[in-house]
Amino acid sequence: MSDILQVAKQQFMEPAGLSEGDLDRALGGLMGPGIDAGDLYFQLTRHESWSLEDGIVKDGSYNIEQGVGVRAISGDKTGFAYSDDIRMPTLLEASAAARAIARQNTTGAVAVRRHQIGHQLYAPLDPLATLDERAKIDLLHRVDAEARRQDPRVSQVMVSLNGVHEVIMVANTDGTLAADVRPLVRLGVNVIVEGKDRRREQAQGGGGGRVGYGYFLDEDRALEYARDAVRQALVNLEAVDAPAGTLTVVLGPGWPGVLLHEAVGHGLEGDFNRKGTSAFSGRIGQKVAAEGVTVVDDGTLADRRGSLNVDDEGTPTQCTTLIENGVLRCFMQDRLNARLMGVPATGNGRRESYAHLPMPRMTNTYMLAGEHDPGEILESVERGLYAVNFGGGQVDITSGKFVFSASEAYLIENGRVTRPVKGATLIGNGPEVLNRVSMVGNDLKLDNGVGTCGKEGQSVPVGVGQPTLRVDGLTVGGTST
Amino acid sequence: MTAIQELPRDQQTMERIVEQMLDEARKSGAESAEAAASNDLGLSVNVRLGEVETLEHHKDQGVAITVYFGRRKGTASTSDLRPEALREAVQAACRIARYTAEDPYAGLADPALMARDWPDLDLDHPWDLSVEQAIELAQCCEAAARNHDARIINSEGASANTVRGLVVYGNTHGFLGAYTTTRHSLSCSVVAADDKGMQRDYWYTVSRDPAGLQAPDAVGLEAARRAVRRLGGRRLSTRQCAALYVPEMARSLIGHFVGAVRGGALYRKASFLVDALEQDIFPSFVRIHEQPHLKGALGSLPFDSEGVATTPRDVVSGGVLKGYVLDSYSARRLGMTTTGNAGGVHNLTIEPGDLDLDGLLRSMGSGLLVTELIGHGINLVTGDYSRGAAGFWVENGEIAWPVEEITVAGNLRDLFKGIRAVGSDVNTDSNIRTGSLLLERVTVAGE
Repeated sequence: MSDILQVAKQQFMEPAGLSEGDLDRALGGLMGPGIDAGDLYFQLTRHESWSLEDGIVKDGSYNIEQGVGVRAISGDKTGFAYSDDIRMPTLLEASAAARAIARQNTTGAVAVRRHQIGHQLYAPLDPLATLDERAKIDLLHRVDAEARRQDPRVSQVMVSLNGVHEVIMVANTDGTLAADVRPLVRLGVNVIVEGKDRRREQAQGGGGGRVGYGYFLDEDRALEYARDAVRQALVNLEAVDAPAGTLTVVLGPGWPGVLLHEAVGHGLEGDFNRKGTSAFSGRIGQKVAAEGVTVVDDGTLADRRGSLNVDDEGTPTQCTTLIENGVLRCFMQDRLNARLMGVPATGNGRRESYAHLPMPRMTNTYMLAGEHDPGEILESVERGLYAVNFGGGQVDITSGKFVFSASEAYLIENGRVTRPVKGATLIGNGPEVLNRVSMVGNDLKLDNGVGTCGKEGQSVPVGVGQPTLRVDGLTVGGTST
Repeated sequence: MTAIQELPRDQQTMERIVEQMLDEARKSGAESAEAAASNDLGLSVNVRLGEVETLEHHKDQGVAITVYFGRRKGTASTSDLRPEALREAVQAACRIARYTAEDPYAGLADPALMARDWPDLDLDHPWDLSVEQAIELAQCCEAAARNHDARIINSEGASANTVRGLVVYGNTHGFLGAYTTTRHSLSCSVVAADDKGMQRDYWYTVSRDPAGLQAPDAVGLEAARRAVRRLGGRRLSTRQCAALYVPEMARSLIGHFVGAVRGGALYRKASFLVDALEQDIFPSFVRIHEQPHLKGALGSLPFDSEGVATTPRDVVSGGVLKGYVLDSYSARRLGMTTTGNAGGVHNLTIEPGDLDLDGLLRSMGSGLLVTELIGHGINLVTGDYSRGAAGFWVENGEIAWPVEEITVAGNLRDLFKGIRAVGSDVNTDSNIRTGSLLLERVTVAGE
């Protein structure tokens, strides 16, 4: 960890001529009467992207951004300024602008002395350098060829490869200094197939994590994404209209865990609950899910897309039990909301970049496994929907209403999976839906590492997961009545 | 810092940055190149329960360069505008172009299409707004909402925002253009409650000119009214019925149309409107046209993100699709000419009809008034559409009761064809300007 801190200091402090004493001065400029806390968030991100279509790699791009965000907190008030220039005069100017929230001109004294040690969940590598350019191009071509090889009905294949190298350092007015080096890669495949009567369909596949590009070559993972995308698209080519109405729904394992992210995850974020605007506000200790349902938010899984060694406020991440055997136990907290609610921070303080304010956000959110065999769950349903792949979702945290959109689904008739149906949006009420979980599978799976969560205009990478679930009564938004 | 008046870097400085990058690209062997630089300054204040919650000073900047070596392309961008960082960005773009493939369709837009001279579009109205004034506006907005009704029990706050930004674009055809724009807004989001639960809703006003904003108390009042009227929402039984989309929701339907006639979707055959030019897509009374030069409008721009002159045109006339939404790349792929839409549409306007919302409600008789949509259940390849919705059940032309936790679904081709009327209640807050849309039939899934 001290190595990571050295990397961060070399990145941010040496080129800008900043010493630890300068950090003390900038933080001191932030502190003063009326200010409870503050931080300096230094961030460097280098991002590259390569994309293939029509069988050739047409586009490549490289982006580099660096800056510092300066925050001062007074009670529940936050003052914020940021700059791409991290030299001392700018830091002091930003500190003064942020501190103006307390309307006081006196400054305080801070000494950064304690180095916050985080986890070591992933290698502190630069993923962009883990393959040479030729090998990246070759990978894209192999994925393209694999997709086209599956079926002559494949008419278009788009493949994208993204890598991010992020270095962050957080100096807090409580005297702690934390750093993290966060690799993140993602490979995506999008295929279009054309069948009889020029009917067309599409599907996506992909995955990634906090690893180097070699991850995609191991076990031919990237090729598997391609095969899966083609399989899904061909299934959809045969799909009939989805049913409309309230049905028993069996959700497959893994990515359908987006249900948890929308139905309960956002509603359990500390900011909404401190303000009392969530449908879950004030419900700690109450039953919000069926017995046997346990949901956690876990930022400590090795190499996962949603994991962090320390969050964006320098707090080490943890595995937080949100719902335990049906009972609501805990909210997800950043430091501001934890302090105002009188509970510990849970390592969920995250921000899109130095130019954005941190807030409570999910990391990897999933439901623990139960005891039912997935086959047994399907067999238990007389008529229903079996949904195994999803696009995005959305929630209104105040009313609790949430949606998520199936992209691969089948009818269940007399305990058997029969015809594929077209994509449809499923809608439910967050505080109610988990009470209708009647069977939990023994096949917990996490998603492949493609999720991005948006909140108040800020995007962060997240993970989801769940075992196969039977939900007795979800509204399916098809067209067949 | 008080007012958002003077940008950190002026137009001349930013133009010089773009020119330097293009020079550097040429020196590095690129046959052609294009670069864009931007520079924004903003202030954003959020007030909750009468007190300041966040005060944010925004200062953003960035440059992006695209180089072409023959038909091979590379792109790079950075937020660091120092000379060495600019040079590094150009070098990074050139390095990428060594590895990308020859793409016969790649390149700058046709030089003959570059914007030459353009009218002042009246897009720059800096607001001399102090932090104290911004706080006061937001407080006034929130107070109006909270005082409106005893059922308003909580607030997510009200905010006042102002931003001023400069964009410079240049390419090796010799084109160099710039514009400065401002955007100011007020918004408010409050929570209403009854014994059945809570409902949140919001309202906002946005304008390039502060004088064009709605009064803060009017914004607050509307947010409160919208939250309260959602209380007691019920579900509907599954059915097919008529639907009336209010302008803010109607805009998303037209947005899906734009998505389906975008060049990128068409040349990939990833649209249900492939080869739909000259087909009847809408009923014959529908006209959809682009007005890029409307003075002071939020979607007005003199040139697109390739320097191509924007021009007024009909996209749909008499219900017939007359044009796609193309940039130069997708146009070359389709054997057509760019429509000046690199970066999006410009004030795409649905010609309004005669009826206001009340008139449309009466015309619908019974059906669903859609005031909120959530989720992303739109498949543009097939046109299949399925989204979460909330709104009101309408009977005898009048709002009967609030509806929630339902979906609306159909195929966009049928939904477009089934438009029965366009309202006169045009919302001009976005790039897409439409009134309410009355649809003959959607499938509602509920109980």
